[in-house]
Amino acid sequence: MSSDPPVQSSRVRAESRSADAVSEGVPAHVVLDDVAIGRALMRIAHEVVERNDDLASLYLVGVPNGGVPLARRLAANLGEVADLDPLVGILDTTLYRDDLVGEGARPLLRKTEMPSAVDDRVVILVDDVCSTGRTVRAAMDALMDFGRPRAVQVVALVDRGHRELPIKIDYVGKNIPTRHGDLVKLLMEGASGDERLRVVVEQEGSR
Amino acid sequence: MNGIDLLGMEDLSRADIETFLETATHMQEIGRRDVKKVPTLRGRTIVNLFFESSTRTRTSFEIAGKRLSADVVNFTPSASSLSKSESILDTAKTLDAMDPDAVVIRHGVAGVPKRIADELSAPVINAGDGAHEHPTQALLDLLTVYEEKERIDGLTVTIIGDIAHSRVARSNIQGFLKMGAEVRVAGPPTMIPAQVETLGVKAFGSLREAIDGADVVMALRIQRERLSGAFVPSIREYAATFGLDRAKLRFAKDDAIVMHPGPVNRGVELAHDLADRRPSVVLDQVRNGVALRMAVLYLLAGRHRERAL
Repeated sequence: MSSDPPVQSSRVRAESRSADAVSEGVPAHVVLDDVAIGRALMRIAHEVVERNDDLASLYLVGVPNGGVPLARRLAANLGEVADLDPLVGILDTTLYRDDLVGEGARPLLRKTEMPSAVDDRVVILVDDVCSTGRTVRAAMDALMDFGRPRAVQVVALVDRGHRELPIKIDYVGKNIPTRHGDLVKLLMEGASGDERLRVVVEQEGSR
Repeated sequence: MNGIDLLGMEDLSRADIETFLETATHMQEIGRRDVKKVPTLRGRTIVNLFFESSTRTRTSFEIAGKRLSADVVNFTPSASSLSKSESILDTAKTLDAMDPDAVVIRHGVAGVPKRIADELSAPVINAGDGAHEHPTQALLDLLTVYEEKERIDGLTVTIIGDIAHSRVARSNIQGFLKMGAEVRVAGPPTMIPAQVETLGVKAFGSLREAIDGADVVMALRIQRERLSGAFVPSIREYAATFGLDRAKLRFAKDDAIVMHPGPVNRGVELAHDLADRRPSVVLDQVRNGVALRMAVLYLLAGRHRERAL
């Protein structure tokens, strides 16, 4: 893996320039900047504490790529609000997808790193954007290969609608109504572990 | 990469090799789980077509396919049909009519996997053809070196043994060169191909010079039938001159690793205590072979050849 670039007080930069989208050649509308994402994850941390009795059994599992920094931040927030230090895992869903048919090249795999089995744990799956529900379905199947969780709850930073499966999100950062062809993306900048995040919407037709 | 087949390292770019290796590093994690199975190739059929017997490679492909939930069928043609080229093509056409999603082929004659690929719509994976290529062995060797050294670029790799008749050597030479390593070969003169330098390697007649400063020392399996006098006077002489032991290994780098594609002739290519103990990584090679073959099957199985009609 590439070595991390030097960290240059990115927290300050995030606050002063977070809405100042880096041009990527595509008009993209920022719907959540780093500060807004931080607030949403703090609220979700409170909701997690409110809704669960056995906080010691919490196990956060981020779905790459976007879910990984979000799970890490949520874990830090849980430390802040309830003095918890939950396990944090990474679970790639690519090998559980339902759409790998046909001629095209296969999608590249991403890291899976589960620090322990999920037996009897309350697992909180963390994803960046939920739409059809197929990623959550795949993630639940993947999770079952690591044991039998006591319960599974789902965090999505953005719920953009267009569900194709009966999947419910337990903790939503922000509901963002979109058209079917729009793209909603979590962008990450900066060193892993200290990245600046924002969610952008690229509307169909502007691409 | 040329199309959907894996026929040889010759066809792969550095980027292709890196895709296989990176995918394999993710597959290694599956091998460490309690439930060593993912559903990605559910409903797919992989045919192992081994004209030449090979328990190890066939088993490695079989486990790899099963860990991806594919149905793996072993097809072992009878020895009597091996010699006629028509029957190989007939076999290929018969197979094609059964709609496999990938066909893994080993054959004693160079070029047969390519010939069969021309008849099949499914991807063909070469599991060794004559003295030509054995690409999954080279890829798993690259993966093992990458795992140990965290790079391949700039390493010095010495391959020892019957370079002239070895598909493992041929594939590894191309693989390591493409990934930026310096490759040296060493062996008795009868086992070094003429004009071997044109492959981009340095040839040595002396083991000591060949492994001087090497990061990786790879011994090839010596076919015992080649030791009966035609290529080297005797097994004992080969072992004394080109067999690796800890004393000879001290000329290599302090952290050099020892590799061998297996099965090891203990006391010939490698001293007894080098066959499966550090710095030998022979068993890591076997373990990585499964992950690497999972990567190859994941990336290729189920794809189909585009045919100009």
